[in-house]
Amino acid sequence: MSKTVAAANQIDVKNETHIKPYTMNFGPQHPAAHGVLRLVLEMEGEVVERADPHIGLLHRGTEKLIEYKTYTQATPYFDRLDYVAPMNQEHTFALAVEKLLGITVPERGQYIRVLFAELTRILNHILNITTFALDVGAITPALWGFEEREKGMEFYDRVCGARLHANYFRPGGVAMDMPAGLAQDMMEWTEQFPAFLKDLDTLLTDNRIFKQRTVDIGVASPEQALDWGFSGPMLRGSGIAWDLRKSQPYDVYAKMDFDIPVGKTGDCYARYLVRMAEMKESLKIMQQCLRNLPDGPVRSNDYKISPPPRAEMKNSMEALIHHFKLYTEGYHVPAGETYTATEAPKGEFGVYLVSDGTNKPYRCHIKAPGFAHLQALDFMSRGHMLADVVSNIGSMDIVFGEIDR
Amino acid sequence: MSAETIEYLQGKIGTHLTGAEMQKDELCLSVKRESIIAVLRFLRDDAQCNYKQLVDICGADYPQRPERFDIVYNLLSLTNNNRIRLKVTTDENTPVDSATAVFSSAGWFEREVWDFYGVYFNNHPDLRRILTDYGFEGHPLRKDFPLTGYVELRYDEQLRRVVYEPVKLTQDFRRFDFLSPWEGMTDIQLPGDEKASIPLGWTPTEKKVVTK
Repeated sequence: MSKTVAAANQIDVKNETHIKPYTMNFGPQHPAAHGVLRLVLEMEGEVVERADPHIGLLHRGTEKLIEYKTYTQATPYFDRLDYVAPMNQEHTFALAVEKLLGITVPERGQYIRVLFAELTRILNHILNITTFALDVGAITPALWGFEEREKGMEFYDRVCGARLHANYFRPGGVAMDMPAGLAQDMMEWTEQFPAFLKDLDTLLTDNRIFKQRTVDIGVASPEQALDWGFSGPMLRGSGIAWDLRKSQPYDVYAKMDFDIPVGKTGDCYARYLVRMAEMKESLKIMQQCLRNLPDGPVRSNDYKISPPPRAEMKNSMEALIHHFKLYTEGYHVPAGETYTATEAPKGEFGVYLVSDGTNKPYRCHIKAPGFAHLQALDFMSRGHMLADVVSNIGSMDIVFGEIDR
Repeated sequence: MSAETIEYLQGKIGTHLTGAEMQKDELCLSVKRESIIAVLRFLRDDAQCNYKQLVDICGADYPQRPERFDIVYNLLSLTNNNRIRLKVTTDENTPVDSATAVFSSAGWFEREVWDFYGVYFNNHPDLRRILTDYGFEGHPLRKDFPLTGYVELRYDEQLRRVVYEPVKLTQDFRRFDFLSPWEGMTDIQLPGDEKASIPLGWTPTEKKVVTK
């Protein structure tokens, strides 16, 4: 009798210890999800066994909408993709359309574009680094960083009238010239910004807690980085020196003197370091642009593509007709197709544009860097703790505007 | 690169190709549907090609063709610093082999093509919809899918949940046709154009004054 009770009380170890993985729902309303990411995590205790990101909660059908809009009307959609770095994406679209049209941008226009593309890169990296730090427990960088970001937004405001959705880069150049005094103010800003970078550096780089949360977390080897289609700081963090601004330069990047920071370890910390170093390089490019900013027109003087100046329209019938035709029919792009890519702050942002010779794109596919990065979250998070998933997401620089399109 | 690259590729994988050309200095290959995996693997592993990164896969719809869909693969070689574009055609019912065995990044790209165009991929480990809503019906980037879609959703106060309803537009969707023949930038011909047609790439020449 006592024997059977003992046998019944004995636990069959093989059967009992196998617990079905606990499935946890992370998001879509979670501050560390950087937007509307729904992450279905299969957990073994606190260890992640599988991460399945459910995306598309911010899908707005941008690609479909662009097929129904003229080229001029399509430009603002690019601001609304990665809303943290609007101008870089307009840049890609403008370059793609210019390539199909076969036009070149006046030099001043190219300089202004590069200048603002780099300003945008800095603003993007400030946002990413500070919110990343916020995710792993540091509040101060976010408080300080957003003040600095606001100064950059002011430059946006002054150059095009909008803080966020700029619609400033247009096929053929930029929408309007910089107002008087902006160049000097930006130069002053580039001189005082390194002080902020130094503060940020002292807050985070050697911070014990920050390092505990990021070093050796989410390691991607160079082979994995290539296989999973990484680009931008994600690729450079894994030790591959690749930057489209250097290898396939567009606009006046070929004339700029800057370095490409490369990480060694491929973990979250390396990606943070790459972004910190990139901001310094961007400052260098901005200063070179401001110093060498030539005089002249800022957009193509081909009135079949870019609108004539307002003043001219008051006197010239020709200019008035051009203006009317541009804002009703738009311009026709010769039939053809192109895949044009630029180095956006988050990585390679590409536009695959197919034109059928009419005034609307036949197909405009948008290649967002974050889409490929988020796909890799599964392999990067496997075997890590739940809290490390947050570090991984933070270091990927996820913005759902571009991923969900 | 260009001409000799095409020659080299024609020699190595010519049997798998149906065309190779330069489009605006971008190398573009048309690949037979059944040999896409072989071509991708060759381009990745061949020492001279070395296309180690699959940057993107996307679809395009040409409803007037018998095989209406184009699947476009964009590859990047970091060592040679160049890109290549592969194209495969298919229709609604013919699956394409999945590239996930060659490039891991293909997983989500192919899910997106499946979601938007309804092109099925063979041997894909996890071919679910990715960007549209749970339970979405149809493939929205096909040209015959209306821009407004078929359903709209709202929060129902009585049922205390979001409900789907057929789209009700107070005004029909209007698509204005602004197309008109406008000096040289268009290659479509409307009646009357032939009287004053100016060919593409036309540049003004000096007018000669004829004196009597």
